[in-house]
Amino acid sequence: MNQQVKFYQTGTRTVGNRLLAPEQRAIQADIERTNSLNCGHRACQGCGEALGARYAIDAAMRAANNQLIAANATGCLEVFSTPYPETSWQVPWIHSLFGNAAAVATGIAAAMRVKGKPDVRVVAQGGDGGTTDIGFGCLSGMFERNDDVLYICYDNEAYMNTGVQRSSATPGGARTATTMPLGEHPGNPFGQGKSVPLIAMAHEIPYVATATVADLRDLEAKVTKAIGIRGAKYMQVLVPCPLGWGAASQDTIKLARLAKECGLFPVFEAEFGEITGVSKIRSKVPVEEYLRPQRRYAHLFGKTPRAEDIARIQAKADRNIKKFGLLDQGEA
Amino acid sequence: MNKPFAITLDPGSSLANHTGSWRTLKPVYGDRLPPCNQACPAGENTQGWLYHAESGDYEAAWRVLTQDNPMPAVMGRVCYHPCEGACNRGELDSAVGINSVERFLGDEAIKRGWAFEGQAAASGKTVLVVGAGPSGLSAAYHLAMLGHAVTIKEAGPLPGGMMRFGIPMYRLPREVLDAEVARIAALGVKIEYNAKVANIKEAMTQGGFDAAFLAVGAHIAKRAKIPAGDAARILDAVSVLRSMEGEEKPLLGRKVVVYGGGNTAIDVARTAKRLGATESIIVYRRNREKMPAHDFEVEEALQEGVMIKWLSTITQADGGSITVEKMELDAKGFPQPTGQFETMEADSVVLALGQDVDLSLLDGVPGLEIADGVVKVGANMMTGASGIFAGGDMVPSERTVTVAVGHGKKAARHIDAWLRGSVYEPAAKHEPAPFGRLNTWYYSDAPKTMRPMLDTVRRQSTFDEVQGGLDESTALFEARRCLSCGNCFECDNCYGVCPDNAVVKLGPGQRYRFDYDYCKGCGVCAAECPCGAITMVPEAI
Ligand SMILES: Cc1cc2nc3c(=O)[nH]c(=O)nc-3n(C[C@H](O)[C@H](O)[C@H](O)COP(=O)(O)OP(=O)(O)OC[C@H]3O[C@@H](n4cnc5c(N)ncnc54)[C@H](O)[C@@H]3O)c2cc1C
Ligand SMILES: Cc1ncc(C[n+]2csc(CCOP(=O)(O)OP(=O)(O)O)c2C)c(N)n1
Ligand code: SF4
Ligand SMILES: [Mg+2]
Repeated sequence: MNQQVKFYQTGTRTVGNRLLAPEQRAIQADIERTNSLNCGHRACQGCGEALGARYAIDAAMRAANNQLIAANATGCLEVFSTPYPETSWQVPWIHSLFGNAAAVATGIAAAMRVKGKPDVRVVAQGGDGGTTDIGFGCLSGMFERNDDVLYICYDNEAYMNTGVQRSSATPGGARTATTMPLGEHPGNPFGQGKSVPLIAMAHEIPYVATATVADLRDLEAKVTKAIGIRGAKYMQVLVPCPLGWGAASQDTIKLARLAKECGLFPVFEAEFGEITGVSKIRSKVPVEEYLRPQRRYAHLFGKTPRAEDIARIQAKADRNIKKFGLLDQGEA
Repeated sequence: MNKPFAITLDPGSSLANHTGSWRTLKPVYGDRLPPCNQACPAGENTQGWLYHAESGDYEAAWRVLTQDNPMPAVMGRVCYHPCEGACNRGELDSAVGINSVERFLGDEAIKRGWAFEGQAAASGKTVLVVGAGPSGLSAAYHLAMLGHAVTIKEAGPLPGGMMRFGIPMYRLPREVLDAEVARIAALGVKIEYNAKVANIKEAMTQGGFDAAFLAVGAHIAKRAKIPAGDAARILDAVSVLRSMEGEEKPLLGRKVVVYGGGNTAIDVARTAKRLGATESIIVYRRNREKMPAHDFEVEEALQEGVMIKWLSTITQADGGSITVEKMELDAKGFPQPTGQFETMEADSVVLALGQDVDLSLLDGVPGLEIADGVVKVGANMMTGASGIFAGGDMVPSERTVTVAVGHGKKAARHIDAWLRGSVYEPAAKHEPAPFGRLNTWYYSDAPKTMRPMLDTVRRQSTFDEVQGGLDESTALFEARRCLSCGNCFECDNCYGVCPDNAVVKLGPGQRYRFDYDYCKGCGVCAAECPCGAITMVPEAI
């Protein structure tokens, strides 16, 4: 979504802004925000997933008048927040298995319906592995039945909790523990790709959106909108992982911003299978600028740079830019 | 102890887990010195007053501004604004129009009748200020605010020094100057006119003054040896400009030649044009790159039809004409004669070759050190003579209104300490806030607002003010272009972006605090702080 308030020094780009009315500031600016995921959790320094989860669940709590239940797939988010019986969650929260968060959430939604509590809203959340791979069947079922659940996938592009193995969301060329930078084609093979947002759209569910931790206002607006819709909703939030990506801990938001600005991670929303909005690129950067700070791509920039691979990644970004119309008219 | 198999924790919240122990780097908030503040010769807290202007609290902005400079309406017109040259926003799109916001605040204060507040109780000390130019007025203001009784003795009939008798009124309307001087006088500063001080020691003894601040400026026009016929009409720039303030306007004729390349030459040439000269020509011995006058002033003069003859010196002046010789710059950039001459028509020649200081009031004062015609002062602005301080054009430094005002402030602080028998220790300067520390992603794109200019026809024939001011909405816009370099402006980014909730928001005006029990030291807050107010420092491990 593009900037709402154009000027006022930083407009709506910063979390708050003393020059704007409180209701024009982000939910995260509020002293009274839920802090759904509280201090003391064991995520790594600069964890994008911890940040994304607090952003999303705080917004969901606000939108649901604090009537919210969250189901959580196995993965870093679950492990770092709840070493049993301790918890960082300040919302009703259920963990079951790695692959069944969508099904568990469907069950909770059904229970609320039976108990006559339509006000209670249900969120399911998990990593990309839990969503795009092992949980995919349950997720597709949830979509197809149009269950009243918002499913949020925190996409860090690999199985981070078990030591950075590749998932179907891992991008081409990236190094993981199972796609080492060895041989003729180092890193993750350049495959067909698997876009769960587009697959979700193919189910023609009421709402699908992507977001990143670099654009808080956009993320909050999308969660708020999703909570207000009955039926199946899907959001995929890009959450850089300093450990798995080999990036500096302070660069988490910067990398998410660059992923969007270079075109590799298109930020858009769709209703009933049709795209209804895209976040335009503000200042386009070559993919190199995004790739270089990440050690998972270091082999592309070694003594003999792999220009071909970089060009392939750039081509992917360019395809996205064209397909989603990420640049304003006249810019190319 | 009695825990089930594989369970090591007690039931409860993760708040029990103090993740702050993981930290190797620690974020700390700090205020830094923005380049605008650093560049201001008057030591204004530019970013500080813009901060209030941003929220539309113009009076608070004006009060912060006038802690350092009592004349914002004047400054907003005549200052050469080195702040804007240094402004970090210049690297983004264009510098913040600091000068135009300053003028807006100054004009607003005059319109609303704001007066200075917070004058200290009377100290019982009296200080003599010699000269009611910007430096003297600034010193008087600061001394009066500090509780001292101040008398200004001014040789001329009106206050302002070169602000009145040099700077033409199309750049500085006199009612603006008068209003800002009146506000200083209202603090109880006594200004005696037509009261030239001939001997400083005598004046101090006669008046029983405890200290003196001298700011007599530089008013003696430098002359050049030009062979001239009897009929030649040769004048000097300061006299011409001074007589503009009297009843009888100077008689310059239809064709006026101005000799020199500084801002004064430009002012005289533009004045001549307004007085009805058909040709107003500046003769200057070097080229445009080497000209000391500011580019924008040259530009404005050219727009008004002033002509400039580059690389030329005047070798002879006669009634109605002059002879000029063409010059050539040598390898070092110095002009060298070429032996090629030409004659030009000229009813008068105005010399604008700079000014010397009249130091006669210091005759016989022991301990003074005078070099290159100016009086040396120490870091505390005191001359070699105890209790006699000096500033402005009469001491070695750049000659501008802003420098003069800065000297007045600095001297006042040292005089105050000296009178109390102590030494003034300026607060330690903050670390700088260079562009590289900013995260400019967060700022809105916003090009600079241009000030309206009077149309050229009226600029050629009247002394109406050339440059207009900003209205309220454009001034507000301009203030909000400020990036608040190095100083927290409560954007809530740190509070929002911490993955560990380790930033505590303290409420409006109170900024934030780190909760080091949980801060893991990832550095995201520092990286995403737009203005670079957070620094990561190593933990002692
Ligand atoms: C034509 C012209 C244009 C200029 N334009 C600009 C500009 O746009 N911006 C800028 O920043 N600077 C400008 N300057 C420079 C600026 O005006 C001076 O640097 C500044 O005024 C110096 O301030 P001052 O207080 O030291 O001295 P002055 O302003 O010269 O004031 C000295 C005062 O002391 C009085 N005085 C002198 N001797 C005695 C005595 N013995 N007893 C009592 N009183 C005495 C004088 O009458 C005068 O009023 C300009 C200068 C000129 C000549
Ligand atoms: C059925 C099953 N297989 C394997 C695991 C081990 N496991 C736990 S978390 C995880 C990876 C999670 O990856 P992802 O869903 O991407 O979340 P992330 O940790 O990256 O946030 C795996 C493989 C498990 N818990 N259950
Ligand atoms: S942006 Fe503001 S604080 Fe920074 S240099 Fe410019 S005026 Fe000063
Ligand atoms: Mg993952």
